[in-house]
Amino acid sequence: MTWAWLIGAVLFLILAPLAGGLIAGIDRKITARMQGRVGPPLLQPFYDVGKLFEKERVVVTTAQNFYVLAYLIFIALAGALFFAGGDLLLTIFAFTLAHVFLVLGAYAVHSPYSHIGAERELIQVMAYEPMVILAAVGLYMVANSFYVADIAAVAVPAILYLPGVFLGLAIILTIKLRKSPFDISTSHHAHQEIVKGITTEFSGPTLGTIEIAHWYENIFLLGLVYLFFAWNPVIGVVAVVLTYLVEIFVDNTTARVRWQAALKTGWFAALIGIVNLAILSYMMIGGA
Amino acid sequence: MFVKRTALRYVVVVISALAIGGATIYLLLRYISAGAVYFAVPSGTVDPLMVIIEMGLALFIIYMGVKFKNYLAIALAVVQAALVVYLETTYSGSLHVVNNLFIDQFSIIMALIIGIIGSLIAVYSVRYMETYHHHHPEVRDRQRTFFFVIFIFLAAMFGLVFSNNLMWVFFFWEITTITSFLLIGYAETEEATKNAFLALVMNLLGGIAFVAALIILAATEPLSGGIDLAGVLSSGDAAVILLPAALIGFAGITKAALMPFSSWLLGAMVAPTPVSALLHSSTMVKAGVYILVRFAPVFAGTLTGFSIGLVGALTFVLASAIAISQSNAKRVLAYSTIANLGLIAACAGVGTYMLVWAAILLIIFHAIAKALLFLGTGMIEHRIGSRDIEDMEGLIVRMPRMAVMMFIGMAGMFLAPFGMLISKWAAIEAFVQAPFGLIFIALLAYGSAVTVFFWAKWMGKLVAVTREQERVERGVLEEPWAPLYILTGLVVAATLLFPLISSVLIEPYVLAIYGATARMAQANVAIMLLMMALLLVLPISFMLFKRSAKHLPAYMGGRPATADRHFAGSLGLTREAQTRNYYLNDYFGEAKLFRPGLAVCTALIIISWILAGVAL
Repeated sequence: MTWAWLIGAVLFLILAPLAGGLIAGIDRKITARMQGRVGPPLLQPFYDVGKLFEKERVVVTTAQNFYVLAYLIFIALAGALFFAGGDLLLTIFAFTLAHVFLVLGAYAVHSPYSHIGAERELIQVMAYEPMVILAAVGLYMVANSFYVADIAAVAVPAILYLPGVFLGLAIILTIKLRKSPFDISTSHHAHQEIVKGITTEFSGPTLGTIEIAHWYENIFLLGLVYLFFAWNPVIGVVAVVLTYLVEIFVDNTTARVRWQAALKTGWFAALIGIVNLAILSYMMIGGA
Repeated sequence: MFVKRTALRYVVVVISALAIGGATIYLLLRYISAGAVYFAVPSGTVDPLMVIIEMGLALFIIYMGVKFKNYLAIALAVVQAALVVYLETTYSGSLHVVNNLFIDQFSIIMALIIGIIGSLIAVYSVRYMETYHHHHPEVRDRQRTFFFVIFIFLAAMFGLVFSNNLMWVFFFWEITTITSFLLIGYAETEEATKNAFLALVMNLLGGIAFVAALIILAATEPLSGGIDLAGVLSSGDAAVILLPAALIGFAGITKAALMPFSSWLLGAMVAPTPVSALLHSSTMVKAGVYILVRFAPVFAGTLTGFSIGLVGALTFVLASAIAISQSNAKRVLAYSTIANLGLIAACAGVGTYMLVWAAILLIIFHAIAKALLFLGTGMIEHRIGSRDIEDMEGLIVRMPRMAVMMFIGMAGMFLAPFGMLISKWAAIEAFVQAPFGLIFIALLAYGSAVTVFFWAKWMGKLVAVTREQERVERGVLEEPWAPLYILTGLVVAATLLFPLISSVLIEPYVLAIYGATARMAQANVAIMLLMMALLLVLPISFMLFKRSAKHLPAYMGGRPATADRHFAGSLGLTREAQTRNYYLNDYFGEAKLFRPGLAVCTALIIISWILAGVAL
């Protein structure tokens, strides 16, 4: 093992919040343009988070801060593991752990709105988790390793083997990026039918922490997208940008759906992935 | 008088537990690096004695069947007894084994589970049973029988995992069937009796399959290796032993309560909670998966094994999904047990060396975490008077220590970096490399997503910080906390020490059987340990937050609210906001999912026999 993995991890820990915040700013700009507005300055997400950290610390229960801190730490750890080239499955499970902490924070405050948000968040986890695992399995089948470093170093274009898996991943990405139509547990539009869902009771620095964790997470997700195109870095970056643009477009053109639809869609996406993998494994055993 | 008797019983049980636990640790130290050691115990007098006891047990079942008018049980007992007599009279010549007992690393692992966890449960039971009778004055006090049966149960489990003679395995197998029958029926209510018979009938079906397998093995002795377990497993003629292996695998499926037979384990919940803990973690169902994992090398690469594995994988998905719809804590635990046993069976059925490695890990972690969760649930039920998850809201305020232990137990069942997750992860890695593993991965992916939902929402109920609730951790009738503390410690320790457990016990066993073994990469072990360290350190941050923050009531749509969730409603009334978890009954209800599972799994079992028969 070389020092390269440590550099990857440290770079992620330092740069991901910056890149994540920047992407959020671009996202808001593009969203505004799509809606015929001018939109806030590019750096607005940073101003917002900065402002949150200046606010008074208000809690319903002290315990909530603990869960949110754990959420941030494990998201950052998982992302660092990913960019260090570590085991993809372990990364995914660390992410699940992080999310469970966020959900527990919402339960801990014992508030009706965040309770419903927490339940919906869990339904979302249930909806996207199969597809995320299958994406890892698909990348394994191409690279013959679960290590991100090995997968990124594969010389063949993974996307050509895994179009269905990628499509499935793109679908659940909408859930993971907290974008419409699957933003059922919380979203960036403040007052929805469950107020602010899972984050209802989080304010000030705590909410700022969640925002930063979300930036970390988005960078990880885009990294996951990149892996499908890793054989050519230029195409990889272009693909990541295009995927994100499509997500913004979907966000702006759809209305929020019920949890049933989110669950069914997530599980259907996994089914697309399975069909893709079945064909791939058939080719590997029998055909080719 | 009552208390004095309990105190005396406590001393006796604790001494027995220490003796049993100590003996298993001695076995561990003595045979840890010895590989498989065989003992030529003479069977001259033992064998006839076992047959006599078996006949006695059959008579007992018939007596109970007549008493409670359960004719199916009688019929099955008669068929089984007849088959045993046929086996003994027709093939008496082939029923000899040189080495009747043996010990290897897998036996040691099982012995540790039975000896340590089983003993802890026994210790816990003493006070629990006293409280139980206090709460249930209508139940006849038969505690003497209760503890007698429990120790017989543990003894039978030891016999089962150390026997190399399959006749002996079968004998101990039947003892566990009878002891669980007695324990499930302890309360002597109509429901308890009914469910005890349900368990009995299903396990007798497995027993009959087991004898049938023995008959085939005895009849084909030169090819199959007869009733010598080691001989059978190393038999040169794989086709001959496949059918008996499938039949014994079926017995394992009934005992492990996989899908068509899952109802007996749920019915078994009428028994006092320590019995459930025993059945779920260290005895009964573990016997089922033990035999499946033992026969994994025979199943490996066969279509028979594949369909047995599918029964397991489907059980994993369906039982996990049904667990979502349950609000009774014991039922959630039961369905989660069934699911995990399904996963173990899936690993054993496909049977590659990596999967056997994962299966044994699953057995270990499941045993520890599930014992903790059952005993914890029993304790909570005695304190708050309910085993409904909704009533456990705010347990972190009412019973903080118990809530933390339950939390760790649940984390042990589904969160990284705890044990069960390590095993699931290993299973995914192993299935990727197995032929047709994709089917299993698909089922595993859905199943494990579902698992997150039902555990996390239960955890959420526990950690909800409720105001103005009284602490009820301590009570008049005090259960001993020691077993719970030890089990909690074991959940954490097993995760921290798992590389060691793997390298000294699991890997040598897998290596001896397959000539190759799996293990976790060093880098990943380091990351798991890092995560564990973070989890242990993080709670310190509580103190950090205690100082500064200002407390406000939860948001109630802008209405004036109080800290205990009362808000000003309309017409000047003060109302209380209440929350309930989702159970998603329309999607994951028992009624919705059980029948398809029953049909498909039954079909798969029959297919496994046909495939094995064709191979013959």
